[in-house]
Formats: sequence, C-alpha cells, structure tokens
Amino acid sequence: MTRALRLLRRRLVGSVFVLLIVVIGSFLLLEAAPGDAVDAYIVSTGGDAGMIELLRHRWGLDQSELTRLANYLWALLHFDLGQSVTFSRPIRDIILERLPTTLVLMGSATALSFGLGSALGVYAGARPGSFRDRFLSIGSLALYAVPGFWLGLVLIVVFAVDLRWLPIGGIETIASGKTGFSRATDIAIHLVLPVSALGFIYLALYLRMMRAGMAEAWRQDFVLAARARGLTRRRIVLAHVARNALLPLVTMLGLQSAQMLGGSVVIESVFAVPGLGRLAQEAVAGRDTPLLLGIILVSAILVVIINLLVDLAYAVLDPRVGAGEASA
Amino acid sequence: MNWLRHFFRTPEAVAGALILALLAAMALAAPLLFPGDPQAIAGPALLPPFQDWSLPLGTDRLGRDVLAELFHGARTSLAVGLAAAAAALLIGAVVGTLAGFAGGLIDEALMRITDAFQTVPSFLLALAFVSIVGPSLGVVVAAITLGAWTGPARVARAEVLSIRERDYVAGARVIGMHPLEIAFREVLPNALPPVLALSSVIVAAAILTEAALSFLGLGDPNRVTWGGMISEGRTVLRTAPFLSIVPGVALVLTVLGVYLAGEGVVESTAVRRSLS
Repeated sequence: MTRALRLLRRRLVGSVFVLLIVVIGSFLLLEAAPGDAVDAYIVSTGGDAGMIELLRHRWGLDQSELTRLANYLWALLHFDLGQSVTFSRPIRDIILERLPTTLVLMGSATALSFGLGSALGVYAGARPGSFRDRFLSIGSLALYAVPGFWLGLVLIVVFAVDLRWLPIGGIETIASGKTGFSRATDIAIHLVLPVSALGFIYLALYLRMMRAGMAEAWRQDFVLAARARGLTRRRIVLAHVARNALLPLVTMLGLQSAQMLGGSVVIESVFAVPGLGRLAQEAVAGRDTPLLLGIILVSAILVVIINLLVDLAYAVLDPRVGAGEASA
Repeated sequence: MNWLRHFFRTPEAVAGALILALLAAMALAAPLLFPGDPQAIAGPALLPPFQDWSLPLGTDRLGRDVLAELFHGARTSLAVGLAAAAAALLIGAVVGTLAGFAGGLIDEALMRITDAFQTVPSFLLALAFVSIVGPSLGVVVAAITLGAWTGPARVARAEVLSIRERDYVAGARVIGMHPLEIAFREVLPNALPPVLALSSVIVAAAILTEAALSFLGLGDPNRVTWGGMISEGRTVLRTAPFLSIVPGVALVLTVLGVYLAGEGVVESTAVRRSLS
C-alpha cells in the first residue's frame, strides 16, 4: 500500500498547485467583471454613495488588488466562498445544498455510459469488422454528435409529453409528503430522463475506446497463446481481450468527469433539476459572479478528487503503475 | 490526387464530405437565397411545415421563416466552430512547442496552467467568460477557445519532446540559430500533423459548445443560432415540437459530418503512411 500512498502524495502536491492557479484565475475573472459585489448589492437593495463607501470598506474592496487576492485565498482556506448576491446567503451553504443532486446525476450517468458503453464495446470488438461492429461504431458516433440538451428535449417530447410515462422535470414530486423508500423511488423516476440524456452522449466514448483497445489486444501474443491452449472464443474475449482493454477506460473516467460536470449544466436546466449546474445558470441569470466562480472552484476541486480516486484505483488494478515513474 | 482517392475509400468519409459540402453551400448561399434579416417576421406565427411553399419549413412562435433561420444558423455554427478550433489549435501548438522545447521551469509552469484549464469544466468556464464579458460572436469564440486549447497543447508538447533530440535540430543549434527561431521554424512545423489530427474533434466540440451556450441564452443576440432556435422552440415544445427538432437534426448532422470526414482524413493518411 506504500506505493499507492506515495502516488497519492505526489498527486496531492501537484493538485494543490493546480487549484492555486484555478483560484488566481477565477480571482482575475472576478476582477475583470464590470462592477463589484457592492454594485450588485446596491442594485438589489438600493442605497446612497455613503452606503456604497461604507460597504466597500467593510468588505475590504477598497484595498489593493494583491491584498484582496490574499484575503480571497485566506477566506478560501477557511472554506469561505463569500456571500451570494442573489440568494443573500453564504455561497458555501448554497453549493453544499445543491452538490448531492449533481453527484447523483453524474454518478448515475457515468455508470450508464461506462457500463453500457464498455459492454457494447466488448460486443462490437469481439468480432472486429463484422456488421454489428460497424453498426455500433457508426451508431455510437451519431449519438456522440447529439447535443445533450437537445436529446433531453426529444426525450421529454417522447416519454413525458406523448407517452406520459415519466415526469417532465424536477427532482421529485413537489409536496408529495413521501419519505424513505417511496421518496427514493420518486427521485429515481425523476432522474431517468436526465441521466439518460447525459449518459447516452458519452456512451460512444467508452464504446469506441473499448473497441479500439480490444482491436489492439487481439494482436497480442497472449491471445495467440490462449488460442493455442485451446480456450473457447468466448473465454478468450472475456478473460483476455476485454480485460486488457478495460484499463484505459478507467483513466477516461477521471478525464471525463470535467466534461460530465459541464454537460450537467445544460441537462439540469433542461430538466429543472436543482443541482450545481442549474445553480450556475441561475448565477448567470442573476449576474452573480462570486457565486459562479464559487461553483467553478468547487467543480475544479471535485474533478481533482475524482482524478485522485481514479489514479488510486488504477494503481490498485494495475501493479505496473506508480512504481516510480513520473507521469505528466 | 492519390490522397483524395484514399479519402473517398470508405462510405463514411464520403457521407461526411457530402454533409460538410452541403453545409458549406448552405452557409455561403444564406445571404443570396434569404437576403434581409432572418429574424424579421415573414408570415403568420407557428405555421406548420410543408403547408405554404413560400415558407417550406413553416414559421416559429414569432412568425419568422424557419428555413431562412436554418440557413443563417449554419453560417454562425460553421464560423464559430472553425474560428474557435483554429484559435485553439494555434494557441495549443504554440504553448506546447514552448513547453516542450524550453523544458525546465517554463515547461513545468505551462503544463500546470494546462492542468488547471483541464480541471475546470470547459463549459462552465465558457459560461462564466461569456456572462462576465457579455455575449457577442467574438466573445463566444474566445470562450470556447479557452477550454479547447489544452488538448492540442499536450499533443504538441509530446511531439516536440521527441523532435527536439533529432539531428536537424542539433544542426540548427550548431549554425547558431536563435532558440525561438528553432522552436517555431524547425520544430513546430514538424510537430503539427498529430495536432491537426485533433481538429475534427475540436471543431465538433466547438459547434456543440456554441449551441449549448446559445441554448442557455448566451449566444450573440444579433445572430441566428441553431441553439437559440432550439431554445426558442422549447417554449412551444408541446404544441410545435418540430421547431426544436429541426435545428437539432441540423446540429447532429453537422457534427456527425465533421466526425466522419475527420475519421476519413485520419484513415487515408494512415493508408498513405503505410504505403510509403
């Protein structure tokens, strides 16, 4: 386990630098935004020049840029993301409230695209060049070309408007008074369409990667050896070819997490799912730049954590990794 | 010409090329076939398609000609997709070359910045950038570029790392060329092919991002965009779903065309390489 720990430590140091750059970048964006927090506050509440002066002083906005960057960093170290203008509440609390919904949405969508994508990839890659291989390749490419928000709308038209099988949006039936298991079922039913819209888009990625990895694995000596030992084709495909093609997909899980988060912004706004993505859209609509940057920061932290976990999983799955080589 | 024959070898590549040719024709012909403002009212509101042959695809909620909007939207999609991809490839190639060729601290710093950009979801970054600077065509292109240059930068760096040890680079050093001149005149051009191989994926992603931004109301308000049309149609999704479906189909076909043509190019160059 020391190997995994060493890897973890090295990645953690790198991640701190990366997050520092993200923080400085978002601070610069905040500076570039026209008007500051006081302007936004005054617009919503009203107040005179003296009030503006007072607030600027109290919030430390009359200090030099470097001091403010230091203050910003210091506050962040205490998990303080500042005050939301539109919600008049601490940004941290709002984000923590919305985060679980997005995590459930992302997690389910990732499970769908990874599970179904790699399974179909094995099915296609088991007979390279066959009709089903070509059909699945082109079909998944077509799916990958579909904008997520549009797929969401089409799903709504078909399954919520025409067939009336599933709810049109939201995360649960409002004021239904459901608790426990029936509430969980209710949420799951509400999540079917958003998870499908988000997951089916990225399915192609895993399918194609699995297929390519299998095409590569077919040419390896161990496949020949397995054949020579007289193993059945089915066993060769599952135990040797697919297994070796699976590892790169695990790395992809981490790399895709940022994409998934970005994708959930549009999906959540299409289905009115009250998660982080919809919060981002609300922040844009309310011109609440500090909130928007808080969301970006939390997303970046989330992506870093997911990638750390993926690296660890990889190190556990593949003993060749992390023995001392530095990966870029 | 040999290359073209290789390119048109697979039916997928032919389909991709046809779609892109049709799209380019639409974009170029839009101001000729539909002169005037595509956002102007052309007839009664919510006219269904195939009813009135002067308005073949019908009209939207405000009575605008859907076909005219579709043609003008093709212009925006192509312009934004190509401009953002070109900018991303250029920035990526320059950053990657600098990092790979300089090495040391410069490399480390540039790559950590690249990491940071890859850590932030690119769509959120684009959203924040447009909402802070304000929506216009140039800002949308810049916002998409912000999240798209990192892939090319990594690929360029990896390629430069292998090129900089070659003999001709050592030769250029010996004759006293300035390091920057070596980097950009000797190394960069040779590192380009794998970077350019990314272009179809980047163009496709740029078109999809632009559509998503305009769907959320962050596109250039003075331009017709397919994402904007879908968003507009969404308000009458129950009664007139075709208003959202038609521009969406256009988007899917466009992105698919880009992917297919891109795969055709990659495969045909692979064939050419294996032949030579």
